[in-house]
Amino acid sequence: MTAFLSRLLGRLPIGYLQLTHNPGRLMAALAGVAFANVLVFVQLGLAGSMAESVEIPYRLFQPDLLIMSPAESETLSDASTLPRQRLFQALVHLDVTGGTPIYLGRSTWLSGQDASSSIQFFGLAPDAGPFFHDALAAPLVSLSLSDTALVDTMTRFVDMRSFAAAYPAVPVPFEMQNRQLGAVGTVSIGGGFGGDGVFLVSDQTFFHLFPQRTSATPSHILLALSPGADPDRVADELTQIYPPDTVRIRTVAQAMEQEVRYQMTERPTGLIFAFGVAIGMVVGIVIAYQVLSADVADHIREYATFKAMGFRQGFFVGVILEEAIILAAIGFWPGLAFSQLFYQSLAYLTNIPIFMTPERAALVFIGTILACALSGILAMRKLAAAEPADLF
Amino acid sequence: MKEIAISVSGLDHFFGEGEARKQALFDVNLEVDRGSLTILMGPSGSGKTTLLTIMGCLREVHAGSVRLLDQELFAANEISRIDMRRRLGFIFQAHNLHDSLTARQNVMMGLQVHGRGDPTRHVSAADHLLGLLGLGERLDYLPGNLSGGQKQRVAIARALVSNPDIIFADEPTAALDKVSGMAAVRLFKDLGRSRGTTTVMVTHDPRILDLADRVVTLEDGRIVEVVQAHRTPTA
Repeated sequence: MTAFLSRLLGRLPIGYLQLTHNPGRLMAALAGVAFANVLVFVQLGLAGSMAESVEIPYRLFQPDLLIMSPAESETLSDASTLPRQRLFQALVHLDVTGGTPIYLGRSTWLSGQDASSSIQFFGLAPDAGPFFHDALAAPLVSLSLSDTALVDTMTRFVDMRSFAAAYPAVPVPFEMQNRQLGAVGTVSIGGGFGGDGVFLVSDQTFFHLFPQRTSATPSHILLALSPGADPDRVADELTQIYPPDTVRIRTVAQAMEQEVRYQMTERPTGLIFAFGVAIGMVVGIVIAYQVLSADVADHIREYATFKAMGFRQGFFVGVILEEAIILAAIGFWPGLAFSQLFYQSLAYLTNIPIFMTPERAALVFIGTILACALSGILAMRKLAAAEPADLF
Repeated sequence: MKEIAISVSGLDHFFGEGEARKQALFDVNLEVDRGSLTILMGPSGSGKTTLLTIMGCLREVHAGSVRLLDQELFAANEISRIDMRRRLGFIFQAHNLHDSLTARQNVMMGLQVHGRGDPTRHVSAADHLLGLLGLGERLDYLPGNLSGGQKQRVAIARALVSNPDIIFADEPTAALDKVSGMAAVRLFKDLGRSRGTTTVMVTHDPRILDLADRVVTLEDGRIVEVVQAHRTPTA
């Protein structure tokens, strides 16, 4: 290894030799780097799971749709509504091939003794099938029977196993708002910030459950576009049709992204997660600095001797970068492994969607290398300022 | 016409700042001929190590003039001081070897400071010099596995390996036995004769005094005595 690194660097690999000379210290340094990684991964994971839970309901929709929402609505499950006639107005546009209203409402389900869950209902028109995910096409048909529902197997606080056998011919009954409903199938969505679970029902069933709502006031309207049409252009043109500031028209992806940003920056829960990420990163950087500067302090006499021999500051920066990269690159893997373990345990215990993504792993890897490299360079500056003779 | 390797003139040096400022050297004047072996002596606190480190480019010149190989050190910028150090070989009182490097690697650093060269050439130069100093069997040993005397010899090899113009040594024989100590000093003298390498050494070792071309004694920051040997440096 030494010979290989010598050839690679064009000099003796002082950084590598220093690190490996004292295995105990190397382990401690790697543990520090790994810990910093775990901290950042945990915070990013929690924030990511928050974003994930915001995004999941949007994934029920076909991705190439436009979603028209009331201008003031910031989230999917907002209470605001818009007039249904907006749908007919949109159909005038040449590139809009169809639309369907969706009705959202929330209700508490008393699912057993002392157990209650807040259920988000999606009320769908009979023609809603093509606007939704392909896997829902068949189940949605069975909702045409009155007072039927597709129930969410991932609903929090309820044991949903009895619903696994739900089938159009054999509905599983349950009670909601003093009405008897029959579960004719299941979906796997999970609650998030809108509630503890998401149930899909027909619009008629929805109006039975929420008598104060009418078909004239949907929560959102989904619009299908002709193939090849540029969604942004159509959204812009459609917005011109309506009185200013009455509607927001966005692609599903944009709406998803905007709600995540809103939840993270303007709602308390989201802000807490955002702060968590910021603090995790600061602490991670501080740990990296401690590790590197302790290492520099350990070798200051040896560096001072090299300085007295005539080595320039660039040489020392090279050595510390060599160490920083070795520490960051090796310490990353145990950090990644522990974080994975943490994610899995948390997901198992809470049903919150928390998992590793390749982008996050790459981001943290690069961030660790940068943090260690910068810390090392900063720590070396005390050598630049010193007279060699004063260091021994 | 003898060449002058080092020329010190009116050198003062201070430690500390403001109220706590203490003068360590007073108006030191000294000339060192190229190829000679000069010894600095004196009681502890006399300023001999301070003078050595100033001449060796390890401390700034506060007042006065120090000319080293025709370069003025007073008010010299950092880059030129660093570059000057590459032409010198400094042997420290504590050997100051790098604990993570083998004897051979420590000596190679003395060559590496001059930039990338053929690593195999570096290895053979290092091995050769270590062999001359009796460490041929210890090339791959870490300092932790070497005795004090062996470490000191590695430090000497490191200082000599790149053929410095001037060698500065602070008690280089303190850890060495009589035989090794004399061998090291004879090596310096040989280098002085054959290559014009100048040596300036701080030492208490009385056995070496006889080998010196000039003995300079300091006391309380001043030069109090200069004894010139009767033989010439080229003899």
